[in-house]
Amino acid sequence: MPEALPPAFLYLLGALVVPFLRGRFRQIFALAVPVIGLVNFYLIPPGIHWTAHLLEFKLILGRADGWSLIFTHIFTFIAFIGILYIVRDNVALDLSAGLLYAGSAIGAVMAGDLVTLFFFWEMLSLGAILCLLARGTPSSGRAAMRYLLVHLFGGLVLLAGLVLHLAAGGGTALEKIELSGIGPWLMFLGFGINCAWPVVGAWLTDTYPEASVGGIIFMATFTTKTAVYVLARVFPGEPLLLWIGVAMVVLPLCYAVIENDLRRVLAYCVINQVGFMVVGIGLGTALSLNGSAAHAYCHILYKALLFMAIGAVLERTGTAKATELGGLGRSMPVTCLFCCVGALSISAPLFAGFVGKSMILGATAASGQGAIYLALLFGAAGAFLMAGIKVPFFAFFHRDSGIRCEEAPLNQLLAMGTIAVVSLLVGTFPHQVLYPMLPDPSVDYEPYTVGHVTDQILLLLFCGLAFALMRRTGWYPAEIRATNLDADWIYRKGGPFVYRLADRSLNALNAAVSRRFLGGFVPALTGLLTSAGPRFVCFLLRPVWALQGLTPEEIAAARHSVFQRAEHEAFPIGITAFFGVLLLGLLSLLMRV
Amino acid sequence: MSAPKPSSSPGTPAPPVRRTRFFAVLAGACGGFFLFDLVLRLGGIDKHSTFRWEQWPGAHGIVGFAACLLLITVARFLVRPLVKRDEAYYETTPPSRAGGQTGEKTDA
Repeated sequence: MPEALPPAFLYLLGALVVPFLRGRFRQIFALAVPVIGLVNFYLIPPGIHWTAHLLEFKLILGRADGWSLIFTHIFTFIAFIGILYIVRDNVALDLSAGLLYAGSAIGAVMAGDLVTLFFFWEMLSLGAILCLLARGTPSSGRAAMRYLLVHLFGGLVLLAGLVLHLAAGGGTALEKIELSGIGPWLMFLGFGINCAWPVVGAWLTDTYPEASVGGIIFMATFTTKTAVYVLARVFPGEPLLLWIGVAMVVLPLCYAVIENDLRRVLAYCVINQVGFMVVGIGLGTALSLNGSAAHAYCHILYKALLFMAIGAVLERTGTAKATELGGLGRSMPVTCLFCCVGALSISAPLFAGFVGKSMILGATAASGQGAIYLALLFGAAGAFLMAGIKVPFFAFFHRDSGIRCEEAPLNQLLAMGTIAVVSLLVGTFPHQVLYPMLPDPSVDYEPYTVGHVTDQILLLLFCGLAFALMRRTGWYPAEIRATNLDADWIYRKGGPFVYRLADRSLNALNAAVSRRFLGGFVPALTGLLTSAGPRFVCFLLRPVWALQGLTPEEIAAARHSVFQRAEHEAFPIGITAFFGVLLLGLLSLLMRV
Repeated sequence: MSAPKPSSSPGTPAPPVRRTRFFAVLAGACGGFFLFDLVLRLGGIDKHSTFRWEQWPGAHGIVGFAACLLLITVARFLVRPLVKRDEAYYETTPPSRAGGQTGEKTDA
């Protein structure tokens, strides 16, 4: 059997080569890289692979176990689907960004130590920034800059935590770390920024809708799920994660309801669903951790499908705003069908989301956490209401917006169709397709019990009924073109405010110092120093002039002459020599004393 | 594929008859599954529910309905008035008085 290659470098090499290719060669090559990556994945045996040494650190580029393999598998699959989705446009930056992003994410989840993880962790940001720049609009360029700044901050927090952890005697092994001491706390926060925790995760909904239609698929897949993976590795069972997860599940939904941009609605739902995974990690039981991994896998599938469907709408109509869309089901029936499959995949039985999310719900119920269980049910209902009903409804049904456009291109339909089929396969045959890949395959779980299925169908149907009733009665809020303030306000308004504050305070201080020091003190000192010599000379000569019997006018003229000579440095040599001798004499006297 | 011709005028919602029919089907499905759940409960079929309230017929349906109602109400009457700003809120910032490049456009 041929040996596997380090999967991350396969993609990174591909990302470097793509810009140098042209036309059909570039398309074929870009598609071939994830295909080879997929084949390569199946050649990786469990165990530790590809080690190297850097200074005193042992770098492990490949740790193949249950956790890393399930994430590598879904990342590899999405890399292929994402490239297939964008290959027709043949934009080098978009293709390179996708491959670089995939390589970085795969490198991070295959990393066996914290140093290697940090390297690929930072590379993730580069991939995301390229996905934003690939959109090619001024607004996406500014979003890329904001993304860079936030993630530079996050990276520095993580690096500081890592250094302090190492300095405190912690090893570089990527394994469970106790949350005690400033190092682990900083690492916890660093991971949390990428995981889109409340407040520190506002970068997600700020920047995702600015990405290219392909870029957003990669962004929604790689960054937050890599953070979920790392949290599961390093901080499983951390009770604080339970409440962070609950906040992630509940809070974004309030924004999703009033958001007009459908891609931003989906971005809020990404945070909501990642919240479920974080709760699963916080619980820390074998079932809940399996649930987090399973839900990450399934969520990547259906969220990619939903982003693809709305991306196709954006590409065909030029907008993803609910106020401008509607009735596209007639123009784009196949895309509409796939969007509905994506919507059902959130949590309907027979689709992917059901078999992943229900594990976390089951684990929460089993742990007796009633309040958290209710919050998760609230989140599940809200997520279905938003991503499952609002998004397809306002894009494809609702009123007729008057937009008439073509169906999505074949490559996009193929990408969406493949994910839809996989979502159905995962949801229908979880014991054959998904559960054997889970980190702890020995955990027994059956999603298809009468109770689970009935409860879930009831939940979804009554969500639909609530939506229909609220639409009919006018209780549902109208879609409005507006900006909704979120925590990104802190850096989007706070950043310029700090800049202006620094501008006004520091520049004003600079001007005052310049005025007082350069305009006042320095000229005064210069004047004093230049006039001190002639003043001293005049002081010494005053008795001489008195003995000479000079009149006050003549003394004034003599003083003026001394000052002029000092200014032009035109003293006769005799006077200079006289003062030289006088100075030496004084020095000699002082030395004797 | 060519763009299909318009079959209705722009801005028109779905016909009321179709909407009413859809609503009736949805309400019927909800009622049907509620009854099914009730039958399960009365028939003594164990749903392996963890919490006592889950044993009530249609409990998850009621939770789903209440969750949506609560979410929409909070978002509409509490969150939107607090956070809603003009669509171009982030587009411009006032120029600096003390000089500097702070008057540039930011993001939409």
